Amino acid sequence: MRRHAGPLALLRWGISLVLMLFVLLLVTFLIGKAAPIDPVLQVVGDRASPEAYQEARHRLGLDRPVYEQFARYVANAARGDLGRSTSTGRPVGEDLRQYFPATLELATLGIALGVLFGVPLGMLAAHQHNRWIDQLLRLVGLLGYSVPVFWLGLVGLLVFYAKLGWVGGPGRLDDIYQYTVDSWSNLVLVDTLRAGNAEAFRNGLSHLVLPAALLGYFSLAYISRMTRAFFLEELSKEYVLTARVKGASELRVLVRHVLPNVAAPLLTVIALSYAVLLEGAVLTETVFSWPGIGLYITNALFSADVSAVLGGTLLVGLCFVLLNTLTDVFGLLMDPRART
Amino acid sequence: MRTRICAALIGTLLSLSAWAATPKDTLVVAKNIDDIVSLDPAEAFEFSSGEVVANIYEPLVRYDPQDPTKLKPGLASSWKPAADGKSIEFTLRKNAVFESGNPVRAEDVLFSYQRVLRLNKAPAFILAQLGWTPDNIAQMVRQPAPGTLQLSWSGDFGPAYVLNVLAARPGAIVDQKLVLQNEQAGDLGNGWLMRNSAGSGPYKLKLYKPKEVVLLEANKQAANPPKTGSVLIKSIAEPATQRLLIESGDADIVRDLGADQIDALKSRNDIRLEEFPAAAVHFVALNLQNDKLRNPAIWEAMRYLIDYDGISKQLLRGQMRIHQAFLPVGFAGALTTTPYKLDPEHAKAILAKAGVNGLEMDMDVINSPRFMDMAQSIQASMAKAGIKVNLVPGTGSQVITRYRARKHQAILLYWGPDFYDPHSNAKSFAYNVDNSDGAYQSTTTWRNSWLIPELSAKTLAALREADPAKRATLYQGLQKEVQANSPFIIGFQEQNRVALRSNVKGYVQGPVADLVQYDGVTK
Repeated sequence: MRRHAGPLALLRWGISLVLMLFVLLLVTFLIGKAAPIDPVLQVVGDRASPEAYQEARHRLGLDRPVYEQFARYVANAARGDLGRSTSTGRPVGEDLRQYFPATLELATLGIALGVLFGVPLGMLAAHQHNRWIDQLLRLVGLLGYSVPVFWLGLVGLLVFYAKLGWVGGPGRLDDIYQYTVDSWSNLVLVDTLRAGNAEAFRNGLSHLVLPAALLGYFSLAYISRMTRAFFLEELSKEYVLTARVKGASELRVLVRHVLPNVAAPLLTVIALSYAVLLEGAVLTETVFSWPGIGLYITNALFSADVSAVLGGTLLVGLCFVLLNTLTDVFGLLMDPRART
Repeated sequence: MRTRICAALIGTLLSLSAWAATPKDTLVVAKNIDDIVSLDPAEAFEFSSGEVVANIYEPLVRYDPQDPTKLKPGLASSWKPAADGKSIEFTLRKNAVFESGNPVRAEDVLFSYQRVLRLNKAPAFILAQLGWTPDNIAQMVRQPAPGTLQLSWSGDFGPAYVLNVLAARPGAIVDQKLVLQNEQAGDLGNGWLMRNSAGSGPYKLKLYKPKEVVLLEANKQAANPPKTGSVLIKSIAEPATQRLLIESGDADIVRDLGADQIDALKSRNDIRLEEFPAAAVHFVALNLQNDKLRNPAIWEAMRYLIDYDGISKQLLRGQMRIHQAFLPVGFAGALTTTPYKLDPEHAKAILAKAGVNGLEMDMDVINSPRFMDMAQSIQASMAKAGIKVNLVPGTGSQVITRYRARKHQAILLYWGPDFYDPHSNAKSFAYNVDNSDGAYQSTTTWRNSWLIPELSAKTLAALREADPAKRATLYQGLQKEVQANSPFIIGFQEQNRVALRSNVKGYVQGPVADLVQYDGVTK
């Protein structure tokens, strides 16, 4: 019986994935339909003749019943055809290939910074529970939560880009490099490395560093608070006392004894923060003129560009599901009790 | 060891410093280009795409942004209206070639017009109003001798108007051979031209990434190659970011600044600020489908209930100027008198005399900061005479969707002309002969249900007039009538404020998107 659990679990997981994405699509589709916006206007403008209007409406398939439109969309999506965006005039798949890597690059660096600093700081805060360091870190975390991101972004640009000139400005590369580097993966760091252009790579990094640090700070705020809470709970347990009695150093207690025990919930927190970043940060993207998925979906939503919204939602939904599954698998691997 | 890694990291970060100026032979323009749907001249109908098309393609005749009152040769070197006023004969410019090296032929002209009509996208109606259809266009555009073209039209209007139609965006001439080589599934090259170019203008399209960048490169085949090799238009939506870019020298021209940014840039001597009137007139319109709004005394009173000075001098300083007629400044015949001022007492007297009290109305408004600021000011000033205005904010598409269906009561909106001819606005504000629900028109008059047979006749007379000076006088008369007695309270004209690095010379921006030319700019 147990031997079949693997494939069966995989099947169950597959079915629930498909169901989840289907429901996600359905809800997004219905919201798109309920919005009191006429998508045809986006295509032909509001001055077109009634004939041109009708023709565009027909071309978009909007003259068919709503359930048929949805069925058609799902059937096409299953074949990998996400339809055409009315606001860019391109296939949605092509749009996503352009915009998602921008977000992916930013979010990945952001979460890396968030984890790199957030976890140790959280551990430190737990260790120094209620002392001044804890209070200071609490303040830092609170600021991360409550300061509006567009404000911090603009101030960051003003100081580090306009005044000091330490980092690159808005956009992903300086104009000089932007169109000399072949967009192979649309990940600037990868593309510039692939082209062997070290200067362009450094330039890309200089553009990336500020928005990534900003996103990193926001995820740091959350991650460090959660780390602190997880550690505090564990630190009062008997095995910690035992370890200390046996003469283990504090660092060893925190890293070797406690960390493995909080790893699973901590990973979930990190994965969810990552997923949130992957969804795209509209305000950050606006301030830094970062052509990412958040801005793409938001703009599409405003112009009732249903295919683009659905395509974007599908991709973000997939990211959530994948990250969730990955953390589950990791949790299983890390937890000896779950392995049997 | 650890300190060495730290030092290396900090060193790397510091050395990332980027004091980049813009590339020498490239003009870098920062503006919001999110509105672009297509760069195919048969489809482009947005502001940003309009200026790109104007720099890539040539129509037969065109307006020069340096002096937009005179029509200049485009691909036609000369033209002559026939004696009966029903056709025009054009002589094509000798040795004109497209960017591909293909010569410009009369066939390309016919193909370009036919293409617009067959594709039937948003701007097709501009050509279709000449009585042109995909079927009859071959009879309307003929080639009497090599290198000449005879264009005729059906409809009661003069050559002055037809020339303006041909100077408009869908009048751009494309390279038939190149376009047809890239045709897919009978789309007449539409999919390809959305992202590529096939024109004879000063620039060609090098790269287009939606919502990110448009890169134009000098067309070496052009009759007058541009002074600056490339133009890079990058999409920067946030005005505060635009300000940082121009301050740092990472942009040569920024186009969407607000009052705050302008104030901040005033003191810099390496940056120059310029103002250009844009063609959009802003107005409040009352939908006469609502019985309670039909009383002309209400229209009259409301003209005295807008704080013109407050909005143009404080609230939207530099973005709006007071303008109370339907033709914007920059158009031949524009009426510049501004007889109305905020005067609640006078408005109250008008309402009392007409026996109107307790008037309440919903006003649809686009929820962008500019419109919301204006709407709130209007709401406050209307209240001074006892008119209660409830704001109904929505996104642009939402508001327009309701407006088209005539479901609004009042609306705060703007109107920009379809192309550079006074009739485009006159038709919108002073022509409506069929008010039925089935006779949909995109005009301001129909959408607000204002039926005006007499005024419409005068509008048609102005359209027919062949003499430009007489025509301008006729439009002045029309504007006065609409200004004094219509359910439209026109209050403002938009103004574009542009910041340029002080080494940038020769930039001029006309009132419509087609009049933004980069080929004369140097830096």
